[in-house]
Amino acid sequence: MIETLGELVVSLLIVAGSGFTLVGSIGLVKLPDLMTRLHAPTKATTAGVGGVLLASMIHVVVRSGEVSAHELLIALFLFLTAPISAHFLAKAYLHLHRERERNFPPACHGRDWTLLDEPGEELPREDRPQPPPRV
Amino acid sequence: MTSEPSRRPPAAWLPHPRLALLLAVLWLLLQNRFTVGGLLIGLVLGVVVAHATRSFWPQRPHIRAWGKVFAYLLRVFRDILVANLVVARLILFRPAARLEPCWIVVPLDLQWPEAIAVFAGTITLTPGTVSCDLSADRRSLLVHCLDAPDPEAMVRVLKERYEAPLKEIFE
Repeated sequence: MIETLGELVVSLLIVAGSGFTLVGSIGLVKLPDLMTRLHAPTKATTAGVGGVLLASMIHVVVRSGEVSAHELLIALFLFLTAPISAHFLAKAYLHLHRERERNFPPACHGRDWTLLDEPGEELPREDRPQPPPRV
Repeated sequence: MTSEPSRRPPAAWLPHPRLALLLAVLWLLLQNRFTVGGLLIGLVLGVVVAHATRSFWPQRPHIRAWGKVFAYLLRVFRDILVANLVVARLILFRPAARLEPCWIVVPLDLQWPEAIAVFAGTITLTPGTVSCDLSADRRSLLVHCLDAPDPEAMVRVLKERYEAPLKEIFE
């Protein structure tokens, strides 16, 4: 009984996870430019991979009664790296197409985006942002 | 490093005790079982790695409210799920020409680099928004939205849902 129920949950999670991954890939094909396409993979890594990993954990627990920690680690590493790679992709794209993609708004305070700095230009030491003192 | 009379200065061989402990736990999870030998190797690794990378972490992030960390994680997981459904619907049922992608500028109240990094990461993980750049003075964040008919409301939501709790956690 427990085993059937477990298998049902596992199958549902796998189907849901792969569904999200599929939608992410469809988005990659359908969306018009790089910036909108970038939204598709961040979705596939969160809900898609998350669903499959959860299924794997439940499967191991139901089958052998042991708790497997590897899935937690995979999830942790993915959640740490996905935003960073998305950030790098966006920055690389914006750097390559600085002239064409200049339609983003200016920063709201004194200094503008780091994207707009000239290569090799360095802030004078006194202008570099400093963390506030601890209170 | 700022000096604080109430807290002991970090020992030279152990600049980040919590990072070392975290690495040891990660090592044990990688082994997928608990052994004393594994724990020892993990602790040695944790101390060595934390020491080797100390120049990347000039300061220790100071977490004020641990209880709020878990509340924040729960909220982020919930939002990732909900936002995934929303974006899946957008991709499947909305013609690409009728999407309203736009740039928004989020003015930052957070000042700690670690807090800003967590905020930017959260924005990217919740589908539909990707954080793209930080201003040179670390006071605004450039975010791309897949579909935001009302950019100002989006800025407000991001600030209220994520930045406000992070401010309580870190500062």
